[in-house]
Amino acid sequence: MIRIENVSKSFTLHNQGGAVIPVMEGASLTVAPGECVALTGDSGAGKSTLMRMIHGNYLTASGRILVGETDVARAEPREILALRRDTLGYVSQFLRVVPRVPTRDVVAEPLLAVGTDRATAQARAEALLTRLNIPQTLWSLSPTTFSGGEQQRVNIARGFAHDFPAMLLDEPTASLDATNRETVLRLIEEAKARGAAIIGIFHDAEARARVADREIDVSAFTPARAA
Amino acid sequence: MTPLLSARSIAKFYGTRIGCTDVSFDLYPGEVLGIVGESGSGKSTLLNCLAGHLAPDTGEILFDTRTDGPRDTLRMSEAERRMLSRTDWAFVHQNPRDGLRMGVSAGGNVGERLMAVGARHYGNIRAEATDWLGRVEITDDRLDDRPSDFSGGMQQRLQIARNLVTGPRLVFMDEPTGGLDVSVQARLLDLLRGLVREMGLSAIIVTHDLAVVRLLAHRLMVMKSGHVVEQGLTDQVLDDPQHAYTQLLVSSILQV
Repeated sequence: MIRIENVSKSFTLHNQGGAVIPVMEGASLTVAPGECVALTGDSGAGKSTLMRMIHGNYLTASGRILVGETDVARAEPREILALRRDTLGYVSQFLRVVPRVPTRDVVAEPLLAVGTDRATAQARAEALLTRLNIPQTLWSLSPTTFSGGEQQRVNIARGFAHDFPAMLLDEPTASLDATNRETVLRLIEEAKARGAAIIGIFHDAEARARVADREIDVSAFTPARAA
Repeated sequence: MTPLLSARSIAKFYGTRIGCTDVSFDLYPGEVLGIVGESGSGKSTLLNCLAGHLAPDTGEILFDTRTDGPRDTLRMSEAERRMLSRTDWAFVHQNPRDGLRMGVSAGGNVGERLMAVGARHYGNIRAEATDWLGRVEITDDRLDDRPSDFSGGMQQRLQIARNLVTGPRLVFMDEPTGGLDVSVQARLLDLLRGLVREMGLSAIIVTHDLAVVRLLAHRLMVMKSGHVVEQGLTDQVLDDPQHAYTQLLVSSILQV
């Protein structure tokens, strides 16, 4: 479902004397449907960078990133948008929403985007919010004023609203209490069971051991630092 | 899929000074394109060229018309272009005073666009106007008030209602949230996003507010000194900017 072939990336900082920082080289991996692969490596090794390259908000210098039929490294903006709408879900660490939009609508939005009717989308959103212990009294409020943990759970609900065939999870269990962490792990297991290909970053070693089928250490893709 | 709007090598000079030059892009149905850049970068010049308010010196602008398919709007007759700007196009000005008739009631402002495309039944026009004012959160007891009695945010929402009532397919917006306080801005953003999704609108939004484009625009074009220095997917341009100017722009935002 996800196939990464010989991918490289560097950052050029024009405003800092044009410094070029190579951050990734020769990265390759594949994820089959129903499989969860955990990215590991020290902080700064490039886990999030690789994830963002797959999501398409970081450009890829060379190589191929195939998600389904789409090569993200080469796709037009509107192909990437279509991919994100239908195929590739992404749960980032931070919730970014239009202020004033009620939580229920924030969660239902990915479903509305794929053409689900409003009633079904809202029912699914409410079911997810219930599972993630967001009290009903908060559903009609914007999540911008929620606590960090609540925002994180709203973000997860939104990420799991549509049954994406491929998913990227960036620290989905960070800052969650035991009950909610368990719920999130169940959601991941359910997604795997229905055949989703998942790439995740989990600092929580126990969670990683439970949901990940394989681990890939991204430090192997870090270019040797020029002395 | 045919692009709704296709700009090819647009250039506009003011004497020897560059307004904008060498601008080409395709806009597809349902897409929102953001144009950002500092004051004087040529973004408003470009928008005015695209919307037919200014005549570019070179280039062509193909618009996929309902009846005849793609047509070059620069080579249309004035009458055809005016018809387009009353039906398929809408233009939301930064200053609502430029887009509204200040001496006519709110309902009249909305109704006028309908009459321009042939609506004549008073009851229908009034009902449609009331419906649209409701969508932009202006209550019907304000229907007969003049925009001059409205706050800035209400005027801007009224301008949007006036523009969208005829069901345009392409909306040009020049700093639609500029000059509004932040709570009103948020409301307007929410409104615009809903309208884009529900009506399948395409839009071109000129702004210098990167937070606005991140939430509204699918794609982003960065302009400097009349040139497009970078374009791409909005979050890619903002998260992984390639051009020196974009990097400076992105790193200059104050964190709240």
